[in-house]
Amino acid sequence: MKILLMGNPNVGKSVLFSRLTGTRTIASNYPGTTVGFTKGSLKIGQEQVEIIDVPGTYTLEPTSKAEEVAAEMLKEGDLIIDVVDATNLERNLNLTLQLLERPVPVIVALNMWDDTRHRGININVARLEELLGVPVVTTVGVTGQGIRELVSRLPEATAPQTVYPGSDERWAKIGDIVSQVQSLTHHHHTWRDVLEDVSSHPAGGAAFAVLVLAATFFIIRFIGEGIINYVTDPLFNWLWTPLLMKLSLALGSGGFWHDILVGKLINGQIDYFQSLGLLSTGLYIEFGVVIPYIVSFYFILGILEDVGYLPRLAVLMDTLMHRLGLHGFAIIPTILGFGCNVPAIMATRILENRRERFIAATLISIAIPCAALQAMIVGLVGQQGMQYVAIVYGSLFISWIIIGLILNRVMKGFSPEIIMEIPPYRFPPWRVIGEKLWLRVFSFIKEAMPIVLGAVFVVNILYMLGVFDFIANIAAPVLTGLLGLPKETVVAMAVGFLRKDVAMGMLAPLGLTAKQLVISSTFLAMSFPCVATFAILARELGVRDMLKATGIMIAAALVVGGLLNLVL
Amino acid sequence: MPENIQLTLSQMEAGQAGTIVQILGGWGLNRRLEALGIRPGKKVTKISTMLFHGPVTLRTDHTQVAVGFGMANKILVEIDTPA
Repeated sequence: MKILLMGNPNVGKSVLFSRLTGTRTIASNYPGTTVGFTKGSLKIGQEQVEIIDVPGTYTLEPTSKAEEVAAEMLKEGDLIIDVVDATNLERNLNLTLQLLERPVPVIVALNMWDDTRHRGININVARLEELLGVPVVTTVGVTGQGIRELVSRLPEATAPQTVYPGSDERWAKIGDIVSQVQSLTHHHHTWRDVLEDVSSHPAGGAAFAVLVLAATFFIIRFIGEGIINYVTDPLFNWLWTPLLMKLSLALGSGGFWHDILVGKLINGQIDYFQSLGLLSTGLYIEFGVVIPYIVSFYFILGILEDVGYLPRLAVLMDTLMHRLGLHGFAIIPTILGFGCNVPAIMATRILENRRERFIAATLISIAIPCAALQAMIVGLVGQQGMQYVAIVYGSLFISWIIIGLILNRVMKGFSPEIIMEIPPYRFPPWRVIGEKLWLRVFSFIKEAMPIVLGAVFVVNILYMLGVFDFIANIAAPVLTGLLGLPKETVVAMAVGFLRKDVAMGMLAPLGLTAKQLVISSTFLAMSFPCVATFAILARELGVRDMLKATGIMIAAALVVGGLLNLVL
Repeated sequence: MPENIQLTLSQMEAGQAGTIVQILGGWGLNRRLEALGIRPGKKVTKISTMLFHGPVTLRTDHTQVAVGFGMANKILVEIDTPA
């Protein structure tokens, strides 16, 4: 048996899905978090049933790609849980009535039930059930309230198959239902409303955005540095180093396995940036530098997402984004890119046409450094002074704008106008934010760690075989001539294809000047994306467009790197 | 005081309210707006327009929706006359 979870965008389908199946999925407070579909299973009595989290749709007459997916999947379902936002009954019932026309049994989950009270909305659930002719269960996804009742009433789902001749008749019926079941009481203006008003105001919104983004940057750095100084560095220095030194002694302080595992000793000591062993540099880059920032970035991102700020930012940025050939909504994948480019490029699916998706994905790959890379930039370039970090970010930002302007000029077509629902501000329980954070950090560790260790291993082997000396001599004209970097940096550039954070780690032992660090990290950020991003670009854009995007990246990286070399 | 002042959503002032009379666009636009609950007969309140002909934000029932300036130009609203 297949159960479909359907409903308007941003009504909490993914949260209900997690509740029903125990499968964890990423949910956020903006429409379109689910672009593909997620399957899970649930045991009812003795029977194992499949549950599918269908992308949100406003109507069964599809108006976008995500809605087409939803309409298509409807054919496969044996039962539909129609998730309805209780604070938005009228608009949500449009989809409900369309679903009730089909020959598939439906049960309604009246979600966000807790939100109705303070909005001054009263709904007569029994009457609604009677008028719709299918069971209606009130639920609160984030707390799990009503889930058990929903499951126990699944067998009651029915298919009334009431067909309306046209949408006018359907809306008339909806109006009739709403007037019978819903009554509104006056609700007081709360500070939530005030915040909503401020962020929708043109000037106020801009000021608010600057404030939010500045605070975001400051807090992410504060938490990241805090974890490094008070948790990970002490752990490495007081716990891990002595253990590694013992291992080093046991392995005879040298030799093949010693150099692979522990790395080279620097003045008889382990230097986490220079030793280049799997258990020294390999672990330290991830756990000592990158993960503290991954944790702090995704913590803050999770809050911004769930509170519902990002759609407001999208509206605010819309005019600027149109100049770059995008519309405001593209700011959401872009911000995701500051965590990792892979989910960011997947999220470009919410954009309406191919052109926009190409521009968005290319701009993300070029100008948006992932959290792992940023952590290393702050750690390594920051040692020379924060002004150098600012130069790196400034160069990336200017490139983002200029390349966007150019792509918008050169590519045929136009970017469609924005049309999106702005969700209310919500304050999710800390537990929900914590779960999402854990899910993201865990999957980061799971996906990044093997590649990081693999990269460090391969680098060691290639060093021993002298391969890098060979490539370095070939690449020398470009690196030294154009970018002003020593030819040894070729190692970092090559490793950058595997992982950007490890690549930055390879720069550490080279003793680069501040200028060279700025150029090499900007070049690393802009040129080839890492292998995971490559794979996703090929999947999402097709191989031809992926190659086109790569060409743009390399050209842009060389131009910007060369300019920085001239200017600085 | 003349009655029945009709303005497009983009011409309205922030804070002004009224009832949608007509969507001056094709079937596609009508359908997309309708899906979000924006259709003739609905009460709407304009919230804001972003600078440089940016998106227009409006409220209908308990939902806020942002639409591009061009679309807002095509939504014709009969303004509520102050009592």
